[in-house]
Amino acid sequence: MQSKDILIIGGGPAGLAAAVAAYEAGARDILILEREGSLGGILKQCIHNGFGLHTFKEELTGPEYAQRYVDKVAEYKIAYQRDTMVIDVTPDKVVTCVSKENGLEQFQAKALILAMGCRERPRGSIGTPGWRCAGVYTAGTAQKFVNLEGLMPGKKCLILGSGDIGLIMARRMTFMGAEVVGCVELMPYSAGLKRNIVQCLNDYDIPLYLSHTVTDIAGKERLEGVTIAEVDEKLKPIEGTEKYFECDTLLLSVGLIPENELTNMAGIEMFPFTSGAVVDENLQTSADGVFACGNVLHVHDLVDFVSQESAKAGKHAWEYVQGELSRSEKKVSVEMGKGVNAIVPQHVNAELSEPLTIMFRPRDVYKDAVIKVKAGETELLSKKKRVMAPAEMESLLITPEKLAACGDIDKITVSVEV
Amino acid sequence: MIKKELTCIGCPMGCQLTATLEDDGSFISVEGFTCPIGEKYGKEECTNPTRMVTALAHAVGSKTPLSVKTSKPIDKAKIFDCLAEIAKVDVKTPVHIGDVIISGVCGTDVNIIATKELN
Repeated sequence: MQSKDILIIGGGPAGLAAAVAAYEAGARDILILEREGSLGGILKQCIHNGFGLHTFKEELTGPEYAQRYVDKVAEYKIAYQRDTMVIDVTPDKVVTCVSKENGLEQFQAKALILAMGCRERPRGSIGTPGWRCAGVYTAGTAQKFVNLEGLMPGKKCLILGSGDIGLIMARRMTFMGAEVVGCVELMPYSAGLKRNIVQCLNDYDIPLYLSHTVTDIAGKERLEGVTIAEVDEKLKPIEGTEKYFECDTLLLSVGLIPENELTNMAGIEMFPFTSGAVVDENLQTSADGVFACGNVLHVHDLVDFVSQESAKAGKHAWEYVQGELSRSEKKVSVEMGKGVNAIVPQHVNAELSEPLTIMFRPRDVYKDAVIKVKAGETELLSKKKRVMAPAEMESLLITPEKLAACGDIDKITVSVEV
Repeated sequence: MIKKELTCIGCPMGCQLTATLEDDGSFISVEGFTCPIGEKYGKEECTNPTRMVTALAHAVGSKTPLSVKTSKPIDKAKIFDCLAEIAKVDVKTPVHIGDVIISGVCGTDVNIIATKELN
């Protein structure tokens, strides 16, 4: 068994940022394990722009953003293994992987960073009725076909779900000469970022059907058409509101699921509201020295925030290896009050060593709302927001001084007041 | 006067802007922005809308297409002409990020540049 100071599972944006930050903090014995043929993860196929405004203060495409980190990894000579699939992780940081080149290998890591990212919710998980014909893809699969393999999945398509990948693909398919007949969203609001609604749908007059869903998929060999219907408050289709669209392709953009099979295997405590691990402010999981960051921890909207979070994980992982990262005996829980969902972190150490970032998603669309953070009766933070939506993650910053001033507390509660 | 609701796309905040236009469409003012980018976007979206365009170009001898982008935002009305011009090129490899693939696309001062390394 080989030993590594820091082992990183996943060579996408999270793994790369964690590796670079760990190196910059002083770590040298780092290894990234990547299951695909090259580094970069999902960014490789995200050829649209809009990445890097926060990290690099300029607007980059996905491949350009990834290349910045790949270049750093090369410059620092950080080791990585491609085409390597991790098949087992233990809570004491023994990682088993397989690759064509090296066969079965085992590593003992001093610190382990989980950066496996997420995958798309497939058709099977949303119970779409109708025939199992060809022509139904997840938006990300279609994106890979078009952008990396130069193949078009169809000529006339409908999109179910208004997640960002679906919106981006609506524009891409339009650019590639296909007709996009509409984008159908179950909820009364979009699941994607506003700028994507504006630039990917509105710009090309692609209708967005809010509070609608697919009720039938027709076609035996190949998709021939899709029926949609309006839904009521209980999200059940309303009879008589059906619309039929002739099309040969249905793209699904119905959510992302963090890929936590390995995390579960290691018996790490999970948080049902994010489908990711429970972490503290240092992104350390319930297993000592195991950190989680990026989309495997909670699904982000922007890669810039993935990079920021993962850099933190990289830095703290190195502190852990050096014995400089202490966990205080007393945990302060971070709780979700009214209107708050998918909070990260779920608990913090009583004594903070750096400003605390709390991220969450609003439960609903709120206008002219106030985000309140309270520690007992003390108000830590109050932030006015003109508009909030589940599609847009909120981020709050609390200084160690502010928290220390609250004295001995058990919990911090974040809530949205309308 | 006409009121026009816009969503700023300058950053992920997506500020809601309200532009006020004369009845003939000429720009008067914009409000709702929270930074200079929003103010600029609101005005431009009413006077001279532009978009960054990303696309795929054919690369000779490569299995994967070459991803490209405009060097700066292009007139919104020229997006499809721009795409048509990109569709015509055969790029020779190797190509590096930032290489100019088309200089002055559609008679503008905007270049089409490579966004990925292709060897």
